[in-house]
Amino acid sequence: MEVYESARPLCAMLVSLSAVLLIGLSGRWPNLRETWTLMAAVLKFAIVLSMLPIVLGGKVIECFIVHVLPGLDLALRVDPLGMTFALTASFLWIITSCYSIGYMRSLAEHAQTRYFMCFAVALCAALGIAFSANLFTLFVFYELLTLCTYPLVVHKQTPEAIFGGRKYLVYLLGTSIFFQLPAIFLVYYYTGTLEFSSQGILAGKAPEIAVIITYILFIAGITKAAVMPLHAWLPAAMVAPTPVSALLHAVAVVKAGVFTVVRVLLYVFGVDLLEEIGLGVILAYVASFTIIAASVIAMMQDDLKLRLAYSTVSQLSYIVLAVGLLTPSAIASSIIHITMHAFGKITLFFTAGAIYVATYKTRISELDGIGRQMPFTMMAFTLGTLSMIGMPLFGGFVSKWYLAMGAIEAGRLPILIVLAASSILNACYLLPIVYAAFFKEPKAGGQVIAPKIKEAPAFMVVPVVLTGIEAMALFFWPSLILDLAKMIVGYVTGESY
Amino acid sequence: MTEFISAKYNYWIYIFLMMVGFYAAIAKRNLVKKVIGLNIFQTAVFLFYISIAKVKGGTEPIWMEGNPVYTNPLPHVLILTAIVVAVSTTAVALAIIILIMKQFGTVEEDKILKLLEPHD
Amino acid sequence: MMEHLPIVMIVLPLLSAVVTPVAGRIHRVLSWYIVVIVTALCFAGSLSLLSTVLETGRISYWLGGWEPPWGIEYLIDYLNAFVLCLVAFIAFIVAVYAKKSVELEIDEARLPLFYGVYLLFVTGLMGIVITGDIFNLYVFLEIASLAGYALIAIAKRREAAMASFNYLVMGTIGATFVLLGIGHLYMVTGSLNMADLAQRLPALYGSKVVQTAFAFFAVGLSIKIALFPLHNWLPNSYTYAPSAVSAIMAATATKVGAYAFIRVMFTVFHAEFLITGIHLNHLLLFFAALAILMGSILAVAQTDIKKMLAYSSIGQIGYIILGISLMNLTGIQGSLLHIVNHALMKGTLFLAVGGIVYRLGITTIEDFKDLGRKMPVSMAAFTVGAFSMIGVPLTVGFVSKWYLAIAALEAGMWYLIIVLMLSSLLTAVYFWRVIDNMYFQPHDASKVSEGSVVVAESNPKDAPVLMLLPTIVTAVLCVFFGIFASLPLSLAEKASMILLR
Repeated sequence: MEVYESARPLCAMLVSLSAVLLIGLSGRWPNLRETWTLMAAVLKFAIVLSMLPIVLGGKVIECFIVHVLPGLDLALRVDPLGMTFALTASFLWIITSCYSIGYMRSLAEHAQTRYFMCFAVALCAALGIAFSANLFTLFVFYELLTLCTYPLVVHKQTPEAIFGGRKYLVYLLGTSIFFQLPAIFLVYYYTGTLEFSSQGILAGKAPEIAVIITYILFIAGITKAAVMPLHAWLPAAMVAPTPVSALLHAVAVVKAGVFTVVRVLLYVFGVDLLEEIGLGVILAYVASFTIIAASVIAMMQDDLKLRLAYSTVSQLSYIVLAVGLLTPSAIASSIIHITMHAFGKITLFFTAGAIYVATYKTRISELDGIGRQMPFTMMAFTLGTLSMIGMPLFGGFVSKWYLAMGAIEAGRLPILIVLAASSILNACYLLPIVYAAFFKEPKAGGQVIAPKIKEAPAFMVVPVVLTGIEAMALFFWPSLILDLAKMIVGYVTGESY
Repeated sequence: MTEFISAKYNYWIYIFLMMVGFYAAIAKRNLVKKVIGLNIFQTAVFLFYISIAKVKGGTEPIWMEGNPVYTNPLPHVLILTAIVVAVSTTAVALAIIILIMKQFGTVEEDKILKLLEPHD
Repeated sequence: MMEHLPIVMIVLPLLSAVVTPVAGRIHRVLSWYIVVIVTALCFAGSLSLLSTVLETGRISYWLGGWEPPWGIEYLIDYLNAFVLCLVAFIAFIVAVYAKKSVELEIDEARLPLFYGVYLLFVTGLMGIVITGDIFNLYVFLEIASLAGYALIAIAKRREAAMASFNYLVMGTIGATFVLLGIGHLYMVTGSLNMADLAQRLPALYGSKVVQTAFAFFAVGLSIKIALFPLHNWLPNSYTYAPSAVSAIMAATATKVGAYAFIRVMFTVFHAEFLITGIHLNHLLLFFAALAILMGSILAVAQTDIKKMLAYSSIGQIGYIILGISLMNLTGIQGSLLHIVNHALMKGTLFLAVGGIVYRLGITTIEDFKDLGRKMPVSMAAFTVGAFSMIGVPLTVGFVSKWYLAIAALEAGMWYLIIVLMLSSLLTAVYFWRVIDNMYFQPHDASKVSEGSVVVAESNPKDAPVLMLLPTIVTAVLCVFFGIFASLPLSLAEKASMILLR
């Protein structure tokens, strides 16, 4: 692989870091402060985009930052896998920024400066995870992402929020210290390096038992992927303001988790090693269980955000399941689903926020007939729902298609059943909301009389509609994501796909 | 056996004194008695140093024609330093006790601890 | 002049310690100026010694021109030079910090005396580090300890006197044990020079006297560094001492003790003796692991921030001893790095807490609500220190944990990783409680817990610049050496090579 030295990945991260500083300094002038956020978001996306042609041309961009200790370097490398995640996260940051401004101002939230600062740091960390060239860099940004999202989760500072935040921190920080870090120790001890390699670095270096222990430690340590039974932090994090749930707990944080799983499985263990020891399949079945169980739990939730959170838990496991199958199509599907789910789920969360801002309603049972008052919002919600279910003509279909092919390639038919069942379950917990919104009569005796409800502010509605349309558009123009996915599959399996 | 004990009687005395001092320093509840215990403890060690300096048949460590066997003077010098240290320790300890006496009105550890308990 | 630098490092603060109280009679501020200038000179001197050592490998200075092993030798190699710089640096930083802090916490009339004793304390610490003579080491150990007792007792709170007295009893017992150890070694070798002892001892490893000597050293020094079951003098001493004293004690006193421990273990005795002669490594390992866990658990149980930091220090001492007891190169590197790293992070934490005490007079964690907004800079420094203690990557805490963990794997003791990670988790728990209170708990003015003396105005400012500056410097260093870790690492590497000949 050709290497292209450039400071661009570092710049992309520094953009949001410098935005943190500017936001902090201009806290007293909200308009100026928001300008910085938006400028940083656009600039960041532009830088990421500018690296795309180079990556598509088959090169990797490398950027060395600092040598910390022997074997521990802080270094960045942009390859197709990181590019996919970075593109998704940085593009959605622009939209979420607009949405955040609308949301925070409509509700006149407190500590907005802290909120926007932490948000920018979180995006820097997400990009750091996407671009990390070795396990150490990955771990650094993984921890940074946990720490900087904590203030966002406890934003309301109510006892409930602090309780949720504590759970969030205990799960994420606790497991990463207790499981992930020892796993990194083991990798370093056996291989003497932490550098990612598309063939994996552990093969032939460590005894089988050590590989298995490392594997278990990694899976238990990457809690951000929310595989059951270590998923409870995600519903707890729903106490955060909705834009946070939308970008961070449907895109940046959880995707960072599954991205780390994909990265570690493919680039630390390597496809061959995993197949040899048969570790992928176990993960695939754990993920299958999570998919079904989380869907069932989602059906029982009345709180809209909670239902969406459990849906996220379930959808994330698609990605983990896919990479666990280890066949080319499955790996491709895991990468595609990172993007597809991001667009679908962010739409749904945006809608939840818009409804809250317009009506202060959070429960699904209160949403009867709301489609008439908020037609644009609820249309976007419908688009998101259909993409989530995996209907043809929607982005979600693409990834499910590849996943199904991957399951057949691997000869694991039970996985197909899981797929079918979960699609039905998806429909069961999302479609009733659409039905209620458009076709049911508003409940009589509600304290808010119907005509008073209007659409949410334009700052919020436009992003909702945009992401909704995007979720659909990805079905018709998936080529970019597909190309990137195919390149990754080519690298890790050693054969062109 | 008796010879083993009697020939090294100075070491036995040092060990005995050390244990007496150690006990007093730890078990006595009166702060002044603790300091006395510490003093005995340290003095025992001085005795040990003096014992190891003794050479059989050695004279005073003054250089004399024709008699090369003399007691080792170095431990004595060392112990002079250690005595200075012990005296300073005692001084500091007594100073602190005076401070405690002023603040608590007693030098009994039990009473002081009772005074220090949060009263509610 | 330059060739006499090693002795100047000791004589200068020693003589100034006498001059300071006298100068304080003329004008009170004078004594502070003297302390700052003297410690700054010491720091400069230590840097110069370090650079000489880096060029030549080692400096041997003969006191009064007497050739060792007859005369006292000051011997400086990579290990001393490294620790000496640390001690001098912290002494300087805390001296700058002390002015404002002690004005509030100590009777005005006693200030010149305080500065005099402070210099004595520094003299003792530097003496321990610089000397190559084991009896000299004992003397300096006692100079530092006696000054330390006085520094604690000088605080206004009445608990301080009692804490100081307990420290004195324990400390004297420890020092006397060390003295006994020296006596036993002298009995069989007739030498007091450490390098000379190292050459004479291997032939005598079978001797009961040597083994007894070692036992006395191990127990005596364990008391001085507050290794877990022998730790009970430490929490109260750190808690009730004036803030500046807590800072310098936590950052240097136990570290210098650990240095003495390492010196005696590896230079006077050999690693081989410890492993095959008396199997000390397993015993030490056990106590180290116990210290790490118990220190962390006890820290979680505290409600007073200074006491919490003190117990956390006990856990951290366990880390240092853990690295030593693994007896491999990586482990000793980890220990040496942790000596510096822990000094920096604990220093930062105590300095930041000192700022709070200065402005608000509170030390109960519950009362820290909303401090993040009131004292942003101090609290930012505290947060950096706390993250470093937890072992977040790119801070110094991560570097030492990394080395200790790899060393444990190299020694084939994977279960130690569990101990390390468990303590990291506990550390996260007790520090997060503080951070949570500082930034995220809503402030409720009516519920300030009883007993805390709220002196301050309703809307306090951040700590004064003279106190903030040292805090910021140490906090920045926590991150700097976490990122550019190769600097201390290269020294630790060379030092560990010397230790494990």
